[in-house]
Amino acid sequence: MNDTLANTEKKTAYILTLPAVLLVFSIILFPIFANIWISFKEVELKDIRIPEPRAKKIVKSISDEPTKIKILYKLRNSSLIQEIRDVSFQDNFPKNFEIENLDPRCSYEKYKLKCEFGNWPAKYRENFHVIFATNDGLKIDKKNLKSIKPKLDGKSDNILLNTNFTLKNFKKVLFENEFIDLLLTTFYYTFFGTVGSIVFGILTAQMVNQKFYGRTFMRSVLLFPYVAPVVALAYTWELLLDPNSGTLNSLLLNYQIIETPINLLGQKYIEISILGFDFKLRLALTTVIMFEIWRYFPLAFLFILARLQAIPKELYEAADVDGASPFQKFFNITLPQITAVISILFMIRFIWNFNKFEDVFLLTGGASGTRTLPINVYQQGFAISDIGMGSAVSIVIVVLLLMFMFFYFKLLGKRVDEN
Amino acid sequence: MRTKNTILFSMISAFFLIFLISIWKILATLQGLSINSFNIEIIFIFGLLISLAHLGIGDRIKSIYKSIIFSFIFVFCDGYLIQKFPIWYNVGVFLILYFFTNKISKYTFIGLNEEHSTQVILFDFLTLFGILFFSFVILFPFYMMLVTSFKTQIALLVNPLDFSINFGQDIKDLFKSYFVIFKSYKFGKYIVISTIVSVGTVIITLLFAIPAAYAVARLNFFGKTFLSTSILIIYMFPAIVLVIPLYTIFSQLGLRNSIEGLLIVYTATTLPVAIYMLQGYFKSIPKELEEAAILDKLSWFGIITKIIIPLSIPAISSVALYVFMIAWNEFLFSLMFLDNPNSFTLSRAIQYLSGDAETPRQYLMAGSVVVTLPVLFIFVYFEKYLVSGLTAGSVKG
Repeated sequence: MNDTLANTEKKTAYILTLPAVLLVFSIILFPIFANIWISFKEVELKDIRIPEPRAKKIVKSISDEPTKIKILYKLRNSSLIQEIRDVSFQDNFPKNFEIENLDPRCSYEKYKLKCEFGNWPAKYRENFHVIFATNDGLKIDKKNLKSIKPKLDGKSDNILLNTNFTLKNFKKVLFENEFIDLLLTTFYYTFFGTVGSIVFGILTAQMVNQKFYGRTFMRSVLLFPYVAPVVALAYTWELLLDPNSGTLNSLLLNYQIIETPINLLGQKYIEISILGFDFKLRLALTTVIMFEIWRYFPLAFLFILARLQAIPKELYEAADVDGASPFQKFFNITLPQITAVISILFMIRFIWNFNKFEDVFLLTGGASGTRTLPINVYQQGFAISDIGMGSAVSIVIVVLLLMFMFFYFKLLGKRVDEN
Repeated sequence: MRTKNTILFSMISAFFLIFLISIWKILATLQGLSINSFNIEIIFIFGLLISLAHLGIGDRIKSIYKSIIFSFIFVFCDGYLIQKFPIWYNVGVFLILYFFTNKISKYTFIGLNEEHSTQVILFDFLTLFGILFFSFVILFPFYMMLVTSFKTQIALLVNPLDFSINFGQDIKDLFKSYFVIFKSYKFGKYIVISTIVSVGTVIITLLFAIPAAYAVARLNFFGKTFLSTSILIIYMFPAIVLVIPLYTIFSQLGLRNSIEGLLIVYTATTLPVAIYMLQGYFKSIPKELEEAAILDKLSWFGIITKIIIPLSIPAISSVALYVFMIAWNEFLFSLMFLDNPNSFTLSRAIQYLSGDAETPRQYLMAGSVVVTLPVLFIFVYFEKYLVSGLTAGSVKG
């Protein structure tokens, strides 16, 4: 009895989860494996379109003969590079149509015109015409004729399904001169974006955790950058930072803080001298990281605030009795209580920042030293239209991510053991 | 000890005053006043003097009169001796000074003698500073977005610092950018598409996620732990690595430039989060209710529709809102899959608009306002649900 109950439970569980699991696996897991497949192929954007045989139907009346009509089919192979084999053609006609000239490749039976055109090489074009006459002398309705679309069919190789593999993509990705630079840029972007958003998260959470007038309002305001659409925010920032008429540059010029406008998003390096040391700062990258921090610190804020509110008040009261200073309270009570949240946040934000595409793409498009790995996926795959290369970069991202997760969990596991 | 604390206190409060006045000056500059310097030194000295005088006077005068007197002196010196500015500017300065003197009025000589008093003061002022700083930094871009959408091309070029809106003009001129984007750039259509896609994603996601979350929360089956961990891992997985294979597959299936294609991808990417959030809530519903239902011979469909759903309306609405916002804000897939202007979502339409260098930016900003407003409205209105949803499960201890 119990056994059957457990069985029905199992069955129910599978029925309930199956739709979600199937969808997620086919849209998320399958593409990850498909990436591996594509990354070992030489595929370009134009190759992935399946070649189609196409026909454009043009109906022409013949002068002086209203019962006759000429139909012109402009036939072509849609692909510029691939052949289509065994092209078949079919078109239907009204019940009173008789054919006048029958092409040797075609047959006309039961008011259906069927043709076998054989193989079409790439770029193939042909003007194919037939003449019809009505057998009852009625006038021909051209519109009706036009509305019937011919059906074409053919076989072609799908470049994605053949088994020609190459290592060229990976060689190009890994041994390209820029690869180290690409990795460094991605690392800077990810690391400083993550650390910055967590630091700001701690500061703001500590701030909102105190009692003041308008606190709930402040809490929603702090989350605005996180919930607003990235497109709107990126363009607003672009406008704000514009070197010619942007608000920030105009303000700085107005207060004589700078003498010439700074192109914050379009300048790769800026020379800075502090205490006599000259060094170059990656300006555009820094700006993009600022945007990153601005947009994502709310998440850190929210998590840390939730944790802060769960810290027992008695801890602080005890510290007050002992005469601890605010800084001592922060470093000895608050920080140890939020380390767990911070380490989770660090992982989440690190992974997400590592894969952030939209923000950089919208702000700089990857120019002036802000090209990160995700931007490279887009540039290789769509700007240079080398799908195989794009996939190879995606694989590099996945491998780096898995390595990060592996080391992170190992480190975390060690720390838990020590405690 | 006392002298050191007094000096530190007056310095900190002077810096705070500089900060307050500087923000006010920036805002005033953006209303078209020509202010070319912050006068940091003068304000610093004023700040020092006011805080020292405040300590010196102590309780001899009621603090409200004290604040008013200090503020008047400052406004008089700043506004009428150094600069000539309109009355609203000086009223603002007066209010800021009143706020400032009120803030420092709780510190006294006796208080400064206590242990850690400088740290307490620093903490207090840093909190205040932080609140103002973050409000400014966060709200300013939104404010700029809104104001720019009401301006004309010429006004933007002539004085990029003038952020005042002329409400006296005709309403048609004021909302000109909005009329243009709806008429010439078909934004009405894009709003409809975005709404269909977002609402559709919410409905399909909930249809798939509720049963799955119920199974994960309640039923025992082989592969359950595998399923719940893989949900989390998939949630962490980046969209950018899915883009190329999905693009190729969707091209070959003819799903590009279609609402169906977007719906499939959005649902798949939001499902893991939805299942994760819902199963956490379902676990908190008392099991006894379902046991009673099983005795009443309700099927699993009955249990879900008659017990689970009515009891978890708050969680479901939080998930629905969250998914709606994800789908509404989504940009990457809409960039990849849509290249026909007839099937754009709002985000994609704005990006397309910006691709043309000729597009005036007030149109761009009007479009940005249109795409941002619904999300912010939903967020502010349902904030309670959403915040609990955002942190659900992640902050356990």
